This record gives sequence, structure tokens and C-alpha cells, in this order.
Amino acid sequence: MTLATQDAGTSVETTAATLRDVTVAYGARVALDHVDLTIPRGSLMAVIGPNGAGKSTLLKAIAGLVEPVSGTLQVLGGPPGREARHLAYVPQAELVDWSFPVTVGDIAMMGRVPLIGIGRSPTAEDRAAVREALATVGMVEHERRQIGALSGGQRRRVFLARALAAHPDLFLLDEPVTGVDATTEEDLMRVLEAQVEGGSTVIASTHDLAAAAHHFHQVTLINGRVVATGPSSLLMDRDLLRETYGGHVVVLPEGDTTIIDDAHHHDDAPAGERHFHEGRG
Amino acid sequence: MSLLDLLLDPMRLGFMQRGLVAAVLVGIVCAVVGAFVVLRGLAFIGDAVSHAAFPGLVIAFLLGIPLYIGGAVAAVATALAIGWVARHGRLRFDTAVGVLFAGMFAFGIALFSSIDDYVADLFSYLLGNVLGITTQDIVQVAVLGGIVLCVVFLLRKEFLYASFDPSGAAASGLPVHWLDYLLLGLIGITIVVSIQTVGIILVVAMLVTPAATAELLVDRFWDLVRVAIAVAVVAAVVGLYVSYYLSIASGASIVLVETICFAIALVLSPKSGWFARRREVAARP
Repeated sequence: MTLATQDAGTSVETTAATLRDVTVAYGARVALDHVDLTIPRGSLMAVIGPNGAGKSTLLKAIAGLVEPVSGTLQVLGGPPGREARHLAYVPQAELVDWSFPVTVGDIAMMGRVPLIGIGRSPTAEDRAAVREALATVGMVEHERRQIGALSGGQRRRVFLARALAAHPDLFLLDEPVTGVDATTEEDLMRVLEAQVEGGSTVIASTHDLAAAAHHFHQVTLINGRVVATGPSSLLMDRDLLRETYGGHVVVLPEGDTTIIDDAHHHDDAPAGERHFHEGRG
Repeated sequence: MSLLDLLLDPMRLGFMQRGLVAAVLVGIVCAVVGAFVVLRGLAFIGDAVSHAAFPGLVIAFLLGIPLYIGGAVAAVATALAIGWVARHGRLRFDTAVGVLFAGMFAFGIALFSSIDDYVADLFSYLLGNVLGITTQDIVQVAVLGGIVLCVVFLLRKEFLYASFDPSGAAASGLPVHWLDYLLLGLIGITIVVSIQTVGIILVVAMLVTPAATAELLVDRFWDLVRVAIAVAVVAAVVGLYVSYYLSIASGASIVLVETICFAIALVLSPKSGWFARRREVAARP
């Protein structure tokens, strides 16, 4: 990946992430096809699209976890990875080993690890940041519980707390409200809203059109390529939805739009990044 | 003979004293590194690396250089090669590892069988002989094991984060791929220092069994490490006495005690044990 050159149109102060002609492929399968996208700072953006549309891949590319085969990215004013400490990435829940022996507090503290530094122990400041993050998501009283003992909604709260504890400028959240109850969805979105008001940027993938329309300020519709990006009112445009979801959009007689889409599948399983993490189930 | 005599008698022998020190040291290092091996599902890699060390030992023997060095080079090189295959390989990962280590081991056996001379030394590496350990061996175990423990201690937070959520850790700036290679290298070194104690064939048990036992009993990572160390130390001491009084191979004896600890934990585990499940059944309305 070449270092993105400073562009006259997008200034570092106003842009959280810029993708210019970015293509990402896993072997022969192209996940993102010549994507151009500019995400302004202060966005609360939902990335919407069907399974296999490249939602997770887009987040991973911005996080510096996958390298594009062509094109350039600029994230928080530098090439992907340079501003890693100012960025928090939360993977999909189904990619996490919930039997791992860590507690709620341990996970929130992981958000501080890059800031603490090698060989050092957490300071009072780190512990305060963790406590505050857990309080923000309403998980302080669960601090000592093992994560496997939590509900799906609580697990998402804990991972958001980990992101909050890092005090990032950019949140990259893969399906943060998928499969959680309504209360949790409201709570988590209120927390993200507050972060955006505080100047941070949030980019989250979601399957849930209703959630995207209600809670997010901006949307990006993708299907391998960017179909459209702009205010969340774009989701009212049936033609755009049809273009994004292909034949899976059903427009009901009353005018409601339904999308036939089997949720919960992550869209780039095979060779995205392989860590030797196999063997546990 | 009193119980105290039973305990003190073997320790009047120099080789038993050295064996005990070596077995405890090796047990501690294996337990700490083994916690990562168990949680990341690397047991098969541990087995592969230990077998792949064998041709290194034989070549070192043929060249007349210290066996440790040959074994260490082969083990660490194999561990890193496995890491590379995991990231870049086109084959199924476990298939690639299976082919690699069986081939390396066969190469070692082929070389070994071509040696006409007396090679009890090499045999002790296959089956382990902690009672044949010299003071110089103990110094090597202590130095190499100490280095491994220091590295794990310095990178304790980073290793834990990268093990639990590699993508989250990488996105936040941790060099996850390098941490992975480093962990594999540490596993390689740990295996080499353990081989003389329990032998190539059983060394994977030293890595896996104490941590697997601990995982059944506690649910925080550093508690798991502490319990694994305790299991390993108890097994080293008890195993060595059992070996002395029943005249059985010391490596096998230590591993059997660890296995018994695991079986007990399996029954008593508050998380998944037999009693826990009975309690669950009883609590059901």
C-alpha cells in the first residue's frame, strides 16, 4: 500500500477516512471493487448492504487489518495503521471466543493496552478510564464476571466499553447492535451519539435498515462497490435499496419495503486474516 | 520406615536432587507457555515442534556440537515455518503442519538409524530421562526458561489481548503478527528445554495438561496460569517420587500425575464438571 498523498479536496481536520479507488480481494474473490468514499469527521455512519457486500471488509480496510490490492486509504490523516492508537475496532460477536477466561474488567482494560506500553502495569488513570467506560455502558457491577456468563446484549456492551476505554477518535464497529434487545440497542446508540457529539467518528456495519434509519446520521450503501453515501434519508429511496440488495428487495403493496436477507453471516470468512486460532470450539 | 524417611531417602541421591530441580523448572515454564498453547488451540503445533526437534538433535550429535543447540535450531525454525504457513499457506493448516512434522521426524529417525555407535544419549531425548540430567543441563534449563518467562512477563498484556481478539489488538496498533511469531519461538525454546526431562513424545503433555486442568477450575487468565504452575510443580514432585519407588520412567510418571490431576478437575470442575452438571440438573424446575 502506498502512502496516500495529501489531497486538496479533503483536509485532515475534516476527514476521518478517505478511500480512493480501493480494491480488496481474498484470493480470487473481490470483496471491495474500486471503492471511493470520504467519511467526514463527526459522522455517525451506518454501512448497509447484503451479505457478502463487503461491509466487514470496508471496516477492516480502514482499520488496517486487510491490505487493498490497489488504491489508497487515508485514516485520521495517515496511512492505515499509523493512527492505530486513536482508533478502536470491535469485531463481530460471532468471531469472538466467549469461553476465553477473561472477565468484563479484563476486556475493558484491553482497550488501554496500547497506551500502557510494554512491561508496564495499568496506572490509576487506566483503571479510572476502564471504570468510566464500564459505567457508560452500564456494566460496572458485572466487572468481575467471565464473559461467557453474559447475555448477547451485555457482551456487546462490554466490547463497546473496551473501545470507549481507549478514548479513540474513530470507532469501527462490526454489527454492534445485531441480535441485541431493544433496550441495549437504544443504550448503545445513545452512547455512540454522545461520542459523536464529543467530536469522535463512528462507522458501524449493520444488517438492520430500521436501526440505520433511526439511529445513524449518515449511511453508506454498499454491494461490493459504493452504491450511495449520504444522509440516512437515502434509505427512503427504494431504487437505491433495490440497487444495493438486488432482487432481495420486496416492495409491499402498502409501500413498505422488506428485504429478504439472512442476517448474522460475516461476509468475508475464508482467508481475510488468518491467525492460528483454530482448534477451539 | 516413616513418611519422612520415604520423602527424604531419595533426596540423598544427587541425581534425584538434580532431577527434582529440573522437573520443577521445566514444569513452571511449560505451564506458563502452555496457558497460551491451550487457549489458542496450539496443542497440535506443540506436538509438531517437539517431533521436528529430533533431526536437529541427531545432526548435532553427528557433528559433535551440543545437542541443545541442534534441537533449538530445528524447533524454533519449525515453529516459525508453521507460523508462516498459517499466514500464507494455501493448504489446510493442520494438513500442512501434519506433513511438515511427520517428514521432519522421519528424517530424524532415518539419520538416527544410520548411526552404528552407542546412542543412549539420543534415546533419552525420545523418552526423556530427567534423572540423567547434569548440573550444567540445569543451568541451561534455568537460563533459557528464565528468558522465556521474562519475555512472557514483559508482554503479558499484549499476548493476552492478541490471543483473545487478534483483530481488535492489531487495529489498535499491537504488532500481532510479530507477537504470534514470538509466541511460536517461545514455544520452540520451551519444548527444547523440556525434551530432556520428559522426551519428545511426551513434551506436549507438559505444555497442555496443566493449563487444560486449570482452565476447568478458574475463569481468569492469570488465575489459570497460577493454577497451571501449581499443577505442574505438584506433578513434577509427586511424579518423581512415584518414578523412584515404582521404578518407572520419570517422564511418563510426571505426565501420568498431570493426567490424573486433569481427570480429577474434570470431575470437580465448578464450570463443567460432573458435580456442576448434577447441580444444574437438580436446580432445573
